[in-house]
Amino acid sequence: MYDVAVIGAGVIGGMIARKLAAYNLGIVVIEKKHDVATGATAANSAIVHAGFDAKEGSLKAKLNVKGSEMMAKVCEELGVKYRNNGSLVIGFGEEDEATLKTLYERGVKNGVKNLKLLSAAELQALEPNISKNATCALHAPTGSIVCPYELTFAAIGNAMDNGAELMLDSEVTAIREENGHYVITAGNATVEACYIVNAAGLYTDTIAGMVGDKSFTVHPRRGEYVLLDKEMGTLVSHTIFRTPSKMGKGILVSPTVDGNLLTGPTSVDMEDKEDKSTTPEGLGRVMKEAGENVEGIRFGATITSFCGLRAVGSTGDFIINIPRHGFVNVAGIESPGLSSAPAIAEYVADLLAGDGLKLEPKAGYNPRREAMHAFREMSMDEKNAVIAKDPAYGRVICRCETVTEGEILHAIRTNPKPRDLDGVKRRTRAQMGRCQGGFCSPYIVEMLAKEMNVPYEAVTKFGGNSVVNFGRTKEEI
Amino acid sequence: MKNIDLVIIGGGPAGMSAAVAAYDAGVRDLLILERDSHLGGILQQCIHNGFGLHRFGEELTGPEYAYRYEAMVKERGIPAKLNTMVLDISPEKVITATNTEEGVFQLRAKAIILAMGCRERSKGALNIAGTRPAGIYSAGTAQKFVNMKGYMPGKDVVILGSGDIGLIMARRMTLEGAKVHAVCELMPYSGGLARNIEQCLHDFGIPLKLSHTVVEIHGKERVTGVTIAKVDERRRPIPETREYIPCDTLLLSVGLIPENELSKTAKVPLDRVTNGAVVDQDRQTEIPGVFACGNVLHVHDLVDFVSEEADIAGKSAADYVKGLDADAVNVALHTDGKVRYTVPQRITKKKDVTVFFRVSDVFRNVTVKVTDNAGNVVYSRKKLKVAPGEMESITLKPDAFADATDLYFELEG
Repeated sequence: MYDVAVIGAGVIGGMIARKLAAYNLGIVVIEKKHDVATGATAANSAIVHAGFDAKEGSLKAKLNVKGSEMMAKVCEELGVKYRNNGSLVIGFGEEDEATLKTLYERGVKNGVKNLKLLSAAELQALEPNISKNATCALHAPTGSIVCPYELTFAAIGNAMDNGAELMLDSEVTAIREENGHYVITAGNATVEACYIVNAAGLYTDTIAGMVGDKSFTVHPRRGEYVLLDKEMGTLVSHTIFRTPSKMGKGILVSPTVDGNLLTGPTSVDMEDKEDKSTTPEGLGRVMKEAGENVEGIRFGATITSFCGLRAVGSTGDFIINIPRHGFVNVAGIESPGLSSAPAIAEYVADLLAGDGLKLEPKAGYNPRREAMHAFREMSMDEKNAVIAKDPAYGRVICRCETVTEGEILHAIRTNPKPRDLDGVKRRTRAQMGRCQGGFCSPYIVEMLAKEMNVPYEAVTKFGGNSVVNFGRTKEEI
Repeated sequence: MKNIDLVIIGGGPAGMSAAVAAYDAGVRDLLILERDSHLGGILQQCIHNGFGLHRFGEELTGPEYAYRYEAMVKERGIPAKLNTMVLDISPEKVITATNTEEGVFQLRAKAIILAMGCRERSKGALNIAGTRPAGIYSAGTAQKFVNMKGYMPGKDVVILGSGDIGLIMARRMTLEGAKVHAVCELMPYSGGLARNIEQCLHDFGIPLKLSHTVVEIHGKERVTGVTIAKVDERRRPIPETREYIPCDTLLLSVGLIPENELSKTAKVPLDRVTNGAVVDQDRQTEIPGVFACGNVLHVHDLVDFVSEEADIAGKSAADYVKGLDADAVNVALHTDGKVRYTVPQRITKKKDVTVFFRVSDVFRNVTVKVTDNAGNVVYSRKKLKVAPGEMESITLKPDAFADATDLYFELEG
């Protein structure tokens, strides 16, 4: 019997699990996919928003500003890359200028620090590659960037280091109440828990429905992105937003903590919660509008394009509540969900405490997790020190991103352990460079097969039927 | 830091030929750095034949061709550090590399030959719509799985792009028991060699669909199919021609890119068309003592030509190490766009120079014409057909342009 079962291993479930792992609690995180951080967490803008977007008084506004303030410390503890690069909302003409003024005022009311309205000249001085047609901007120095899946790996890894358990490949299909606790059918297993945190992203409404809560729905909103080579990564240093209009929030252009340039997202309401396909129209729009905001983006240097699905709740705000004793919904966590994640975790812990969960600090709790030390970022002395300890750090497997065998093996052996090519990719950046795994994936398949003690052809790209090879040559395939 | 006369970056066909040529020209203090566990580079996985006709007068497989050069390297006792990745080359010719035994180490070289080869263009730049399932590979990755690892990455295959590796893999996958449904080529002509289209597609009844592209990828976990479409003359897909092909694998053979990441750290000026270094007739880059050859310089059709080019680079690097004066380089070569690029891009007037070039489209009954800056025609020759997939070359005699500073390459007619 667990004290708390967290359903969903995205950034929200992960941060909640990490928060709860500080207390004397038995915790299990239940995830239906082959790895953690595969839903909206895997494909979003990777932005820590300053907090001027959400309406005053909303849960979004409150948790965004607070989460944004907490993020630097959380990342430091978890050894996660975080860059306070500041953000700029740029405007073209008088109408935008008026909107920016409203955003400024809203931001001030929300408690966002150091906001400033800029003239065209001030904007150009900050970011010389911004479109020369931009006339004004709102500067938010507290805006930052973080890698959402890196944060999730670290949060869940840290929770596991502090005793939490992780169940993968375990889709929750039924929940029933028995003798004052919950019995959860998860994959082929049955899990018993006193409390449930429903952080199942797009499927939070389905999970809530299993305990009779039909008070909200969640639908997917597609966002398509184009990710560019590191040679484009320094075109801008701030995250560049377009002034929101009736047409929506527009396409952003942002550096990433790993040094790439990210452009997107589109925003199209969908029905199918599994349809993560990109479209010619969507990618076309991203490229066109990104080019209107920032000059010099060469889309020939595209590394990859992808689509994420935001979990949009039916209330317009985050849906964080207790519909019945022992069950917490954490639903509708669309933007600014990543920014709010640390604050959401605290908020949920408070809700659970209010619902009777005893939060006694755990002796020996360690809030820290060692950073995944990237070989490519080390000094020569540091490189030699790690190679002296483990020669595998001297062998480069991914040549585009300079990822060594040592780093990959370390990742494969570190909680939450990757079990497929994409898992290794997102933890180490091997296969994430300009050749997209063309050279190194056959080696990584071999390493995974060996470490997991499975046949070569059993290794997948991301679990399920995503097999990389069908079998040996010269045999029946 | 150790000083050394010559370091060759890359132990593929270009690096090995260059090392042998430099040795034969008198360099003894030299070293090959190779990231793989064997010399030979990509030839190791090219188990088909067709290599060596020009060089050795016989038809060899890739590994056999590599073996011949490896034997020459060994005969001469040329040292090679394997499993060694070069991390950085400075403009001052300090090389930083790493391997498991020595850790990170540095060498200060008198001369460097860049011979890192090329890589395949990935699907990223294509921005194909649809899902991102397993089963999408570059042709070279599939070749590695099949030929080196012994595994089948696909059973029902569609290939996008008719580059040579794609054509070779169409045949390989067929021979291994897979069904190759089609090879789609965006352009109205193939980028591969005519002989490969014959031997790899026609002989196996695999359709080559020119002016076609893949517009959508289907499948949530593994590829379940692709939608292809014909494209108009501006290469835009024509919606009415969309056609769904069920398959479990999409192989991409959509171009090769010289791997010049290290050239960039050394601040070697690159040609925007070839994506390789700008070089003179000796294959010396704009940084004295840094030479380049093989597919890192520009993508070749045949390994035989790589070896030829590497001979020049190796011999020139030896002259540089010995402190011999190179021939003055004083003529710049220019192209008209129909001729896309030349290698070398700058030449001397001291000796005959063979200039290699590629064209931008298929042209029939054209004249390859070279004029100097005074308007004099210094070279002119009729060609029945030129195509982007086949590299052309002409030899320029300096007598014909004694007073020129610039030469203009064009296609006429």
